[in-house]
Amino acid sequence: MEILKEILAKRIMILDGAMGTMIQRYKLTEEQYRGERFKDFPHSLKGNNDLLVLTQPQIIQEIHEEYLACGVDILETNTFNGTYISMADYHMEDLVYELNVAGAKAARAAADKYTALTPEKPRFVAGSIGPTNKTATLSPDVNDPGFRAITFDELVTAYTEQIRGLIDGGSDLLLVETVFDTLNCKAALFACNQYFEVIGKHYPIMVSGTITDASGRTLSGQTTEAFYNSISHANLFSVGLNCALGAKEMRPYIEELSRIATCYISCHPNAGLPNEFGEYDESPAHMAALIKDFGESGFLNIVGGCCGTTPAHIKAIADVVANMAPRQVPEFVY
Amino acid sequence: MQTTINPYLRLSGLEPLTVTPETNFINIGERTNITGSRAFARMILNGDYDAALTVARQQVENGAQVIDINMDEGMLDGVAAMTKFLHLIASEPDISKVPVMIDSSKWEIIEAGLKCVQGKGIVNSISLKDGEAKFIERAKKIKLYGAATVVMAFDENGQADNFQKRIDICKRSYDILTKVVKFPPQDIIFDPNILTVATGLEEHNNYAVDFIHATKWIKDNLPYAKVSGGVSNISFSFRGNDKVREAMHSAFLYHAIKAGMDMGIVNAGMIEVYDEIDKDLLVMVEDVLLNRNQEATEKLVAAAEKIKGGGKEIEKDEAWRNDTVEKRLSHALVKGIIEYVEADTEEARQKYPKPLDVIEGPLMAGMNIVGDLFGSGKMFLPQVVKSARVMKKAVAVLTPFIDAAKEASGDKTAQGKILMATVKGDVHDIGKNIVGVVLACNNYEIIDMGVMVPCDKILAKAREINADIIGLSGLITPSLDEMVHVAKEMEREGFKIPLLIGGATTSRIHAAVKVDPHYSGPVVHVLDASRSVPVAGSLLGPDTKDNYFTQTKAEYAKMREDHANRQQDKNYISISEARNNKFMIDWNSYNTVKPNKLGITVYEDFDLNLLRERIDWTPFFSTWELRGKYPKIFDDEYVGVEAKKLFEDANRLLDDIIKNKLLKAKGVAGLFEANADGDDIILKDGPTFHFLRQQGQKGGGVPNISLADFVAPASSNKTDYIGGFAVTAGIGTDALVHKYDADHDDYNSIMVKALADRLAEAFAEKMHEIVRTDLWGYAADENLTNEEIIHEGYDGIRPAPGYPACPDHTEKRILFDLLQAEKNTGIELTDSFAMFPASSVSGFYFGNPDSKYFGLGKVYKDQMEDYAKRKNMDLPVIEKWLGPNLGYDI
Repeated sequence: MEILKEILAKRIMILDGAMGTMIQRYKLTEEQYRGERFKDFPHSLKGNNDLLVLTQPQIIQEIHEEYLACGVDILETNTFNGTYISMADYHMEDLVYELNVAGAKAARAAADKYTALTPEKPRFVAGSIGPTNKTATLSPDVNDPGFRAITFDELVTAYTEQIRGLIDGGSDLLLVETVFDTLNCKAALFACNQYFEVIGKHYPIMVSGTITDASGRTLSGQTTEAFYNSISHANLFSVGLNCALGAKEMRPYIEELSRIATCYISCHPNAGLPNEFGEYDESPAHMAALIKDFGESGFLNIVGGCCGTTPAHIKAIADVVANMAPRQVPEFVY
Repeated sequence: MQTTINPYLRLSGLEPLTVTPETNFINIGERTNITGSRAFARMILNGDYDAALTVARQQVENGAQVIDINMDEGMLDGVAAMTKFLHLIASEPDISKVPVMIDSSKWEIIEAGLKCVQGKGIVNSISLKDGEAKFIERAKKIKLYGAATVVMAFDENGQADNFQKRIDICKRSYDILTKVVKFPPQDIIFDPNILTVATGLEEHNNYAVDFIHATKWIKDNLPYAKVSGGVSNISFSFRGNDKVREAMHSAFLYHAIKAGMDMGIVNAGMIEVYDEIDKDLLVMVEDVLLNRNQEATEKLVAAAEKIKGGGKEIEKDEAWRNDTVEKRLSHALVKGIIEYVEADTEEARQKYPKPLDVIEGPLMAGMNIVGDLFGSGKMFLPQVVKSARVMKKAVAVLTPFIDAAKEASGDKTAQGKILMATVKGDVHDIGKNIVGVVLACNNYEIIDMGVMVPCDKILAKAREINADIIGLSGLITPSLDEMVHVAKEMEREGFKIPLLIGGATTSRIHAAVKVDPHYSGPVVHVLDASRSVPVAGSLLGPDTKDNYFTQTKAEYAKMREDHANRQQDKNYISISEARNNKFMIDWNSYNTVKPNKLGITVYEDFDLNLLRERIDWTPFFSTWELRGKYPKIFDDEYVGVEAKKLFEDANRLLDDIIKNKLLKAKGVAGLFEANADGDDIILKDGPTFHFLRQQGQKGGGVPNISLADFVAPASSNKTDYIGGFAVTAGIGTDALVHKYDADHDDYNSIMVKALADRLAEAFAEKMHEIVRTDLWGYAADENLTNEEIIHEGYDGIRPAPGYPACPDHTEKRILFDLLQAEKNTGIELTDSFAMFPASSVSGFYFGNPDSKYFGLGKVYKDQMEDYAKRKNMDLPVIEKWLGPNLGYDI
C-alpha cells in the first residue's frame, strides 16, 4: 500500500487492457477450454474464459506478459466471472475458490517475473471482481417489479469466496469493476471490508463503475455523483469508470469523479464506441490522444483499457502519460 | 488544482443529495410511515402496494428530498414489508431518485432495508437506549453497509427531555461514534427529540425552546454533525386542525432552521410559507413555541376553536372546461385533447372579428407553448404530434370561413416556407413527416412533395413557391448520392437557400464531407425532429442567419479536414492478401444440411397475429424519438409515461388493423443448391450472387470476411445451399394513410407506417424462423423466446443487400428475379432499389453455424475493378452505387 502511494505521488500508473479480445485471438476450441482435466465434463465449457487459468495457464500468463512488456504496472487477474453466481452458467460453482487462487497466481507469476527484470518498477496484481450476471436492484421480470433474482446476502457470500481466493493467490489489490448495479457493488465492498476484519489485514480496494450511455447513468439508474456517494463509505483506494463508453464519451463523468472523490481516480475506457458493426475500432494513437487530454486536465491517477483495447493501445497510453503529473488527491479537512 | 475537500454528508438515490453548508433545509417525506399515517398503514395491511407507491411518489412530487419509510406494525412482518416496498420503489425512478430513510425501532427491519438500497440512505435510528455495546455494534454495521444514521437523544435512562440531558447524550454518542467506531462525523444526524407542546402540562411548555437551543449547541460543539427531527410531533395537541398545525410547523421550522436544524421529517405538501401565516395566528403560535408567556397555550387553544379550517390543500385542476375559450383551446393543444376542439374553435370564430384571428391569436399562442415545452424537453414527440392533430382539426374548422372571406389571398404570416421531399429512388418518409409536423407546429409553412421526388421537380417547385429552405430525406444508402446530386444541381442553378439533410443513413460527417463541398449555400444535417426547429430558426432569423451560416461552414470544413487526416491513419491490404486471410471453415468436418424443401415457397396472406408476437418494439419507440429499450422504457423517468400511452395507442390501432384486415402481409422464401467460387456464390442452374470482402488491415488472426466464405466452395466437393427472401407487411398502408391524412390526423398516419415497418421486420424474423425450423430445417428443434430471437440467439444469418455485410443494393435485382418477388409479393423496386411499399424486407439466408454479421468497411480500387468485372458493369457505375463504402476518391 505504501509503495503504491509513493509511486502514485510521482506518476500515473498503468492498468492493463482487455483480456477477452486477447483470448479470442487464440481461437480456442471446446477441447482446449476443457484441457485434460475437464475432458469428460458433462457440459460445454467453450467461452468460459476464467477456466483457462486452470486448463491453459500458459496462454493467460502469455497475455499478462504481453501487457507487462508494454509498461503495465497493475495486472488484472482473469477472474471477472469468478463467483458461484456467474460460474453457474458452466455448472462450475464448486471450482470458484480454486479459479480465483489460480487466476491470482498466474498474474502474480507474470508480475514477479517482470519485477525481477526491472526491480525499480515493481508490478502489482489487482484481483478482478466482476458484477456477476444478476442484478440486486432490478427485477428481471417486468411483470413482477418486486422480484429479485439475487439477494444482498447471496452476493456477499459469493464475493467473500472470490475475495478469499484472490487474496490467497497473492493479489495486491482488489478491483470491483464494471459496476452496473451499485447494490451489487455495495455487497462486494461489504464482503471485502468484512473479510479484512476477519483476517486482520486490509487490502486496497479499487472500484470502477460503468456509465452505460450518454444519459450519464449506471444501468441501475444512478448518476455519477450518486454512484460515488453510495460507495464512498467503503474506505476506497481508488474510484473510476470502465467499459460501455470510449474515452471521449467518458470524459465528463471522469471529470466529475475527479472533482468529488477523496481517493485516487482510475479509468479504463473501451477503444471507442462500437461502430455500426459492433466492433471497437479506435486506434491506439487516437485513444492515447484522448487519454493525454485527461492526464493534462489532472483527472488521472491510474489508467488502462477495457473492451477492444490491445497491448498496442496500452503501450500508446503508457507512453503519453509517462511524464505527466498525476492528479492530486484532495484530502478531507475537518 | 484542488487539494482539500470538506467532508459533506453524501446521500443518494438515483441522484445525489450532497449536503453542503449552502444546502437549504431538507424535507424528509413522512407519509410513508405506517405509524404516522393511518391511510398508509391501511394500504400496506391490505397489500395495496400500488396505492402505497402513489403516496411515495406524491411526496417526491411535492418536494420531499428524502422519504422516510417505516413498517413497524404489530400485525405485519416488518422485514418482508420493508423489503417488498423498497424493491418496488427501486423500479420507480421518480421515487427512487431520492435517498431513503429506513425507519424502524427494530434492528432486523433496518438491516433488511439496508440490503435493498443501492443509494446511500439514512438509518432512523440508533441510540444508547440499549447500552453502549449494542450502540457500537449497530453503528459498525451501518458503516459497513454504507449509510448515514440518525442518533436519538436517548440513553439507558430514557428520553432526553430537557436541554442539558439532550446535549449530554448527544455529546456522549458523538464521542463513541467518532472515536470508537470511527464513524464519519458528517454522517451523524442527531434527533434531539421534538416533543409535543401546548399539552396543558407546564413541564412541556419549554420543549420547543429546548430543542432549538440543543440544536444550536450541537451545531456549535459537535463538528459536522447534522440535526433532524419529526416536526409533526410539535403540534400533536391540535390534531384535526390543520391550519393551526401548519402554522406551528412553519413557525417552529423557521426558528429551528435559524438555530441550525438541517433536515426534518415533514409532510412535504403541507408546509405553509412563514410569511403567509396570518399575523395574529403567528403571534399566538410563537408565544407557545417560544414559551413567551403563561397564557400562550390557553389562548391558542381558544383561537383554534374558531379557525378550524382545511389548511392548505393540494389543488386538482379538473375544471378547465369552465375557463375562457382561449384557455380551453390552449389547454386542448398542450394536452392533445381532441374531443372539444371543433366546438371550441367554432365558439372562438364567433367571438373574434375574423376567422384568421383565431389562428393567429389563441391557436398560435397554444402552439407556441407546445413549441417551448418541446424545445425544453418537457414534452415528447408523440405528445407534439397529438397537439398538431388538435391544431389541424381547428384549422380545418376555420378554413372554409377563411376561404369564403377571401382572406387567404396571399397573407403570409408563416415564419418561412420549407419544401420537403424524400429523394428520388427512396420511399421512406416517416421521419420526414415527423419533422414536417414539428416544424408546422412552430409556424413554418410546410410544402411536402412526398416520396421518390426527382431533383428537377424539387428545384422547380422551390422556385415556384419561393421556398426559404429545402429539406431532403432518405433512408437507403443510394439516397446519400442523390442528395449530393441535388446539392450540385442547386449550386449549378444558382440557388442560395439553405439545404437541410436528414434521414436514417445520413450523418453530420456525410453532410460535411460529401454534400457541403458541392453547395456554396448553407448545408445542415438535422439529426431529428427536435433539432429541426432551432436549425430552421437559426437559418432564417435575420439576426442569426449570417453567423450561423459562417459557423456551420467552418465547422463542416473542420470536420472534413479531420476526416481526411483520420483516413490516412487507416490501413488496408490488397484484395488478394485479403482473400488469403479469408474466414476459414473446415468443410471436411462440416456436413451441409439439405433443405427439406428446395425452391420457392410463397405466403399469400400471412396471419398478422403471428407477426404481432414477433414485434421488436424498441425501434418503434425510437421512431417516435423516445429513447429506451422496451419494456424498460415504461419505467423511464422522463419518457416512461408517454411511451406507455404511445404503446397503448399503437396496440389499439393494431387490434383494429388485424380485426378488420386493413393491412396484408405477403412473402416469399427460396432455398437453392449453391457453391462459393472466390467471392461469388453460384447457384446450381441459377444466377450468381456477388459479394465483397473486407479490406481493412486485421491483426492477430482476425480474418477479412466475405459472405461467400460461409458457403462451401466447389473445391470442397460438398453440396451447399443458400436462401433468399422478400416480405412485406405494407399492403394497404396507402389507403389507411390517405384516410388519416384526410382527417388531418398525422398521429395515426405516422403510426400506421411505423407499425407496418415493425410488422415487416417481424415477418422477416418469423420467416427466418420458419426457414430454420422447417423449410431448410437445420434447426428443427430450436425453441427460442422472442427476446432471444431479437438478440439473434440462433444459428444462421439473413443479411440484406444494401446493409453492412453486403452494401451493394444492385444485387437486390438478382435476388428479386430469382424469387420472382414482384409477382409473388407485390413489392416493387425503385430506380435506387428501394422496396415499395416501404414496409418490406429482403435478404439472403446463410445457414452455416459459423456465419455471422459483420461490416464490410471500406473497399479499395483493386477490389472494385475486380468486382466490376465479375458483375459485368462499368467501374464508374458500380463505384457510384457503392460510394459510401469506397476507401478512395473517385
